[in-house]
Amino acid sequence: MTLIKTSINRRSFLSAALLAGGGMMLQFNWLAGCSPAERKALKMPDEWFEMNSYIKIGENGVITLFNPNPEFGQNVKTSLPMILAEELDVDWEQVIVEQADFYPERYGRQFTGGSQSIRQAWTPLRMAGATARQMLILAAAKQWQVSAAEITTDQGILLHKSSGKKAHYGEFASSAAKIPVPAEVKLKAVSDFKIVGTSKKNVELKNILSGKPLFGIDYKTEGMLIAMIVHPPAFGMRLKSMDDSIAKTMPGIKSIFTIDSLTEDIVQNFFDATSFTKFAVVVGNSTWEVLQAKKALKVTWEQEPERIFTMASSWTPGAENIKAKYPAGLESSEDHRATMKEASKKPGNILRRNGDPESAFKSAAKVLERTYTAPFLAHNTMEPVNCFAHVTADKAELYGPLQAPEFIMGTLSQRLGLPKEKIHIKLARMGGGFGRRAYGHHLIEAAVISKQIQAPVKLVYTREDEMTAGIYRPTYSATYRAALDANNKLIAFHVKAGGIPETPIHPDRFPAGAIENYLAEGWQIPSNITIGAFRAPRSNFMAAAEQSFLDELAVELGKDPIDFRLELLERAKTNPVGEKNDYDAERYAGVLELVREKSQWKETPAGVHRGVSAYFCHNSYVAEVVDVVMKNNAPHVEKVVAAIDCGIVVNKDAAINMAEGAIVDGIGNALYGELSFKDGAPQKDNFTTYRMIRMNEAPKSIDIHFVQNEQAPTGMGEPPFPPVFAAVANALYKATGKRYYNQPFINELPKKS
Amino acid sequence: MMSTTKLNINKKTYAVEVNPSTPLLWVLRDHLDLVGAKYGCGVASCGACTVLLDQTAVRSCSLPISAIGDKSITTIEGLSENGDHPLQKAWEEHDVPQCGYCQAGQIMNAAALLKSKPNPTDDDIDQAMTGNLCRCGTYLRIKAAIKTASTY
Repeated sequence: MTLIKTSINRRSFLSAALLAGGGMMLQFNWLAGCSPAERKALKMPDEWFEMNSYIKIGENGVITLFNPNPEFGQNVKTSLPMILAEELDVDWEQVIVEQADFYPERYGRQFTGGSQSIRQAWTPLRMAGATARQMLILAAAKQWQVSAAEITTDQGILLHKSSGKKAHYGEFASSAAKIPVPAEVKLKAVSDFKIVGTSKKNVELKNILSGKPLFGIDYKTEGMLIAMIVHPPAFGMRLKSMDDSIAKTMPGIKSIFTIDSLTEDIVQNFFDATSFTKFAVVVGNSTWEVLQAKKALKVTWEQEPERIFTMASSWTPGAENIKAKYPAGLESSEDHRATMKEASKKPGNILRRNGDPESAFKSAAKVLERTYTAPFLAHNTMEPVNCFAHVTADKAELYGPLQAPEFIMGTLSQRLGLPKEKIHIKLARMGGGFGRRAYGHHLIEAAVISKQIQAPVKLVYTREDEMTAGIYRPTYSATYRAALDANNKLIAFHVKAGGIPETPIHPDRFPAGAIENYLAEGWQIPSNITIGAFRAPRSNFMAAAEQSFLDELAVELGKDPIDFRLELLERAKTNPVGEKNDYDAERYAGVLELVREKSQWKETPAGVHRGVSAYFCHNSYVAEVVDVVMKNNAPHVEKVVAAIDCGIVVNKDAAINMAEGAIVDGIGNALYGELSFKDGAPQKDNFTTYRMIRMNEAPKSIDIHFVQNEQAPTGMGEPPFPPVFAAVANALYKATGKRYYNQPFINELPKKS
Repeated sequence: MMSTTKLNINKKTYAVEVNPSTPLLWVLRDHLDLVGAKYGCGVASCGACTVLLDQTAVRSCSLPISAIGDKSITTIEGLSENGDHPLQKAWEEHDVPQCGYCQAGQIMNAAALLKSKPNPTDDDIDQAMTGNLCRCGTYLRIKAAIKTASTY
């Protein structure tokens, strides 16, 4: 336990550490008051006492809570501190939130991804809050000469009822900070929660709404230069030579050179995925000047042979290294479609088999077979890739949008030849992430550029650079088959799914476990187009394909689509097939039942065409009903009702906001999302050609309903996204009489008249 | 070529020494440290850089400062003294932002809408806001907040 004495004007050790790196011209607001209106009324304490990594208490009772994870819009900067505040038992109005730096020794997992922030932090943060509360109680007990068991707390106040003694936390912060950490602490009962389960406004609201610098791209230090890169125009190409004779004479240009972001000796890991490793770099005084010189730079490219590199086989330290490769060649979407079609007809790798599916299909009276496809997608975060870096001989400072600092640290350390403890990564608020920022290549690029020019630098990608730089959602194909006997009863189920360059299949998910004879196969085709996590990776496609197929199958069986799914789930619950089914059939059925009730499923209004879908991923269950109406003979998604089981909801309105966003995102990608390639070159590079959903295309209303239970919280950022695709497709079928097998659906939808 | 351009921004006069073909966005962000207007696309198709030119919403990424003349510019930083413009208050009430990156542009675009149509219908809002992308999908809240602001 450390006692930190922090004076009032040294706002926090975070900004103090940064000032040592060269001083900030812009006043960054590290402190976000929880209550925007009352924020000004909070008097800063003279001294802070550190209770643990997450909690500082001032002598006047003001509390600082640290958010350990990077914020990219999922609202962890508010929701995680709410968990701390709950167990600490404080008044939320007396709380200040600060963003922690990357500091795994203090905070453990600092990864925003996989919808795991709340789930994984739930117990550690409750423990941290409860431990600090107990230390305050012990300090008060000692001073008051009473039993600790007789002291209660309420909203930051310690109370000993029988003697009437009372004090706020700040009065005991100094002595509590010196008390050894108790071996055991008691956590609150869920029914006693006062903060968790309510709705607290985004702690950064005021700053966002008044245009304060919050994002990596807003960052600036004294003497900072601007850098832009030029990367190859196509996958499978590399830089051959460059002619900077004109560009280097342009105003404001300091330096033009090439860099190798990853060298051959580096052992990469999974999140180092990067399409290009050699860049032309333009460095200058201002963004516009650098942009002009970037356009004037003449670069010649050549085809790259197969690229072989060394990779760690897992995250575990000391894991064995393996050789990985990107194949040579300039790929096109037309060829992708042909090779995927071919692959889907060949046997795949068998990932799960129950019963005797082959015989069941042979004896079937009828087989329903359908194939679903989806294209590559670009993440298109609103804030383009950027990163500030200042690398000197003995240390490196980095600040930028990043979801997974721990996954880039090892590579940064190797590339810069600096020990990890000399590399300081600050976590910027991100202008969107969606998986794109799990990949930290921009930190390495910025650091290598800073090292080369020996100055602080901010690397900024243009929109075009970002959209054409890879790390996309892969393209996929899934073929489903269902065998029906002479009585029109489902007797076997077969899924074979693959993609470029990965298979999307989760073989042990529903409807595995619900059908006697079951077969799951996967396949994949290598590619040099780099891919990465994209909001609910793989699930976002499999849900679309599977839930569309089940809808068509229900029609074939003459059953209501919800009743049919519930029948399958009943089988999985009462008499599961196989042993390894990675979902809870009862909770799965629960969201379908709730959405049926809340959407008034059976009472579809006239002129409304309704589709349903449900999926389990990231430990949560979501069912959605989509209402489509025809406007000027073209379909429009008018309304969505969702039922979500993610256990305890920490910050209700923020969770609703995120679910609404995931649904809008899903509708947009289902209808419009597509990135295609010709000779290795992405065919879209800005929002003029890459169609994104806009306000007039969003539904008029989205109703979110949570299943009420006391289960520990699970994922929320991703689970509401995958089911939308099929709910839209199934509603479009009702509206147009046509099934939609290939995303984006806009390519086959009736046009507005 | 460098030259001096006078700009009236948020009721202050600035003299900037930059090439007059530089878009307003980069003058605001790089030279005047007003970073509320955001870079999103550079081609006026996402709206993240929206500011007011007199009473009209413009995409500052595509507006060279040489084209501004005597017109006054309002950015999110100058929309209100204390962050209490009806739109800012309504955005708080509806807790609109997720990542927050596009929101300054959304608010500035909505500010121009409310100046021309103080009581916009759903269709008015759809039509006016279609040029502003929100990748997080907060469109329903943006629309609700604009309607709330129109009632203040």
